[in-house]
Amino acid sequence: MRSHYRHCEFRQGALDALAAAPGLAAWGLMMGVAMVKSGMSTFEALLMGSIVYAGSSQLAAIPLLMVGAPMWVILATGFCVNLRFVVFSAHLRPYVMHLPLWQRLVSGYFTTDISYVLFIRRFPRPGADAAQRHAQLAYLAGNCGVIWAAWVGCSVLGVVLANFVPVSWGLGFAGILALLGILCSLISNRLRLLSAAVAGSAAVVAFALPFQLNIVVAIAVAVVVCLTLEKSAAVEADEI
Amino acid sequence: MDSTELWRLAVIIGLTVVTVLTRSFFYISSKPWNLPRWARRGLHYAPIAALAAVIVPETVMTQGHLIETWADARLFAVLAGAAWFFWRRGKGQAVLGTIVAGMAVYLPLHMGLGW
Repeated sequence: MRSHYRHCEFRQGALDALAAAPGLAAWGLMMGVAMVKSGMSTFEALLMGSIVYAGSSQLAAIPLLMVGAPMWVILATGFCVNLRFVVFSAHLRPYVMHLPLWQRLVSGYFTTDISYVLFIRRFPRPGADAAQRHAQLAYLAGNCGVIWAAWVGCSVLGVVLANFVPVSWGLGFAGILALLGILCSLISNRLRLLSAAVAGSAAVVAFALPFQLNIVVAIAVAVVVCLTLEKSAAVEADEI
Repeated sequence: MDSTELWRLAVIIGLTVVTVLTRSFFYISSKPWNLPRWARRGLHYAPIAALAAVIVPETVMTQGHLIETWADARLFAVLAGAAWFFWRRGKGQAVLGTIVAGMAVYLPLHMGLGW
C-alpha cells in the first residue's frame, strides 16, 4: 500500500479525481442534508453516509427505509440500482485478478462510477507486467482515495449542516454537472455520441420502471443499437 | 422519527454489503473466465450510456414527468457546462470547468428567477 502512495501514478489518479471532486462534494453535502431531512436519526445518517458509499442506492433506499419497507425489498432495490457496477466489475476483472480476494473486494468497494470511467480512460488495457499493474493500482488508489474523502467528508458535513443548507439551493445539481463533464470526455466517436443519445432518451421513456431499472434498460438498448450499427457499417474498431 | 432503530442499522449494513457485492461481482470467483467478444465491444458503449441515462432524466424531468417549459435552470446549466467543455476541447481541468460554468448559470437562474 505504501508503495502505491509513493508511485507517481497515485498523484495522477488523485489529480484526475480532484477535477470531479467539487461536484461530488456538493452532491455528498446534499445527500447528507437529504438523509437528515427525510427523518433519519443523526447516527443513522452518519452511518449511512460513511459506509454505504453508493449515492444512487442511498437515494433509492431512503424513502423505503422511512416507510418501513421490508429489508429484502430495500436491499433488492439497492442491488438493482447498483447493477451497473456488476458490468463495471466484468470490465475491470482482468486488472485486479492477480490480487488476493480481500484486496479485490476492497478495490471493488472503493471503485465508484467516476473512478471506473477515469481509470478505463487512462488504462484501456490491463497491465502486461508487474510494473504496469502496480502503476494501475497506484492510480486507482489515488483516484478512489480522493473521491472517497470528498464524498464521505461532505456527507458527514451535510448531516451536521442539515439545518443550515436548504435543499432548495439545488447544490446537488453540481453532481450531475460533474457526470456531464466526464460524459463529454468520453465522446471520442459518433457511435459513442449515439450511445449517449439513445441511452438518455430510453432512460426518459422507461422512467416509470421500478427500482430505477430504466437506467439498466437504457444502457442495454444503447449498447445493442451501437453494436448492431458497428457490425453493419464495419466501423474501424477504435480504442477506448 | 429521529430515533435510531436497530433494523434500520441492519438495513444500512446490508446496503453496504450490497455495494461490495455489486462492485466486486465478477472479482469473487477466481476461475479463468473471459468476456465474449460482443460483450467486450459493448463495454465501449456502456459507460457513456450509463452516464447519459442518469444525466438526461435528471435534467429534463421533474417528479417523473417531462418538463413542458424552457424556463428550467437545469437545461441552461447543462448547455453551458457542455459548451465550456467543448470550447476548452477537454484540455486541462475541463471537468471542473464544466461544473463551474454550469453552476454559474444554474444558481442565478434557480435562486434568482426561481427556474
